[in-house]
Amino acid sequence: MSERDRTTAVRVHGLRKSFGEVEVLRGLDLVVPRGTVFALLGSNGAGKTTLIRIVSTLLSADAGVVEVDGYEVAAHAARVREAISLTGQFAAVDEQLSGRENLVLVARLRHQHSPVRIADKLLDRFSLAEAAHRRAATYSGGMRRRLDIAMSLIGDPSVILLDEPTTGLDPEARIEVWSTVRELTRQGTTVLLTTQYLDEAEALADRVGILHEGRILVEGALDELTQILQPAEIEYVPKKPSLEDVFLALVGSKHAECPTDQNRR
Amino acid sequence: MRAHFLADTATLTGRSMKHVLRSPDTLITTAVMPVAIMLLFVYVIGGAIDTGHYSGTHVQYMLPGILLMTVAMGISYTAYRLFADLQGGILDRFHSMPIARSAPLWAHVLTSLAANLISVVLVFAVAALMGFRTAAGLLGWLGVAGILLLFVLALTWVAVIAGLSASSMEGATVFSYPLIFLPFVSSAFVPTESMPGPVRWFAEHQPVTPIVDTLRDLFAQRVVGTDIWIALAWMLGILGVAYGAAMIVHRRRIR
Repeated sequence: MSERDRTTAVRVHGLRKSFGEVEVLRGLDLVVPRGTVFALLGSNGAGKTTLIRIVSTLLSADAGVVEVDGYEVAAHAARVREAISLTGQFAAVDEQLSGRENLVLVARLRHQHSPVRIADKLLDRFSLAEAAHRRAATYSGGMRRRLDIAMSLIGDPSVILLDEPTTGLDPEARIEVWSTVRELTRQGTTVLLTTQYLDEAEALADRVGILHEGRILVEGALDELTQILQPAEIEYVPKKPSLEDVFLALVGSKHAECPTDQNRR
Repeated sequence: MRAHFLADTATLTGRSMKHVLRSPDTLITTAVMPVAIMLLFVYVIGGAIDTGHYSGTHVQYMLPGILLMTVAMGISYTAYRLFADLQGGILDRFHSMPIARSAPLWAHVLTSLAANLISVVLVFAVAALMGFRTAAGLLGWLGVAGILLLFVLALTWVAVIAGLSASSMEGATVFSYPLIFLPFVSSAFVPTESMPGPVRWFAEHQPVTPIVDTLRDLFAQRVVGTDIWIALAWMLGILGVAYGAAMIVHRRRIR
């Protein structure tokens, strides 16, 4: 444990991971500055979930360095688990329990002092108070996601990992999740999120990394990325390329035939 | 982490007990099949079964095997609940939190003990209505309880392996079918002397027979013979191997 870099929340260097013959991550480098939202943009099968699982100590890497808050994930898994909070691809709430019971459960497991008070506060904050005593199985997709994210905030983790937080949600629920993420950043929490939606990265992220075939192709602030492509042709109105243009230009049309993300578990 | 082991296990046990108590149908279905078989054997085909030199009533003869069958049914729900946790991603959530690593497993094991206890009590109640009586004293009952506890524990760890290594819900639960069937090829319902050679050999050398014979002796307040040692050896052996294997599977599945 040398000098701890307080400005970097997540640092990944030369990360490699294969599942059998399939090389999913091929030397991935990534730096997420503290207090920022980093969006990892990639198609299905690009390796987003694999990266998130390694950062959240659920999967071991084949090679490379992964640090959260300066702690190496393999060597100091327990420390890393104190610092992070994972919200997986599918809202991992306990359907048999009520929203309130789900929150109390996580508060207990994070060894908080007054689990019930924490749960009630979060229920209010995420507009779930009315549904507090209903089983989570009866919640809508958006409510489940809100509960899921609320569960992730317990214990004030410094880094929140959101794996495709809005996949499968209707537009209204997506906007709810977006405003939640924006609120998190106002409080200085670092967010590393993955998404396959370009507009989501554009709407939420301070920095964007484009993940393709196990590597980060480009990384930078939105403005920097859109400068990569010069306006393609001289037109009457010079058109600033959108993030979508950058993504498609870099990734090409190959992303359509990528294998599906089958290495989640 | 060790400091949290008890607290985390208690919290998670509370959670899965809520699952059990909120779907009491799992407790009832666990008891229904063995009770139906008990009714069938006692009232339908019981008259045609010659229990040899056994002197008690049919229900007295059948109950030990029925109890083991109840447990074999019950533990498949443990595999079911564990697989559901794995599938739903909630096990990932638990393991990405700073909790004791094996707490989620122990929570399921303790829940299995409690759920099986409830089902076994239900079966006992039906058997009592059907005329089951025992001369067993406190010591005998303690012996019965101890053997059933060990049996549940051993099979529960087998269920943990199934729940963690299955790739589908069906796969997680079918492993219990042979276990449910095992009492049929043992001394549980008919004396092994009536079986043809190879079947009889199997029946006399599989774990259910010594366990059933021991339970029968305890209920009848007879002196338990060497059967109890064979039964204990089987159960401790299964428990040890299954626990070790479950831990290996668990480590492989979740870091």
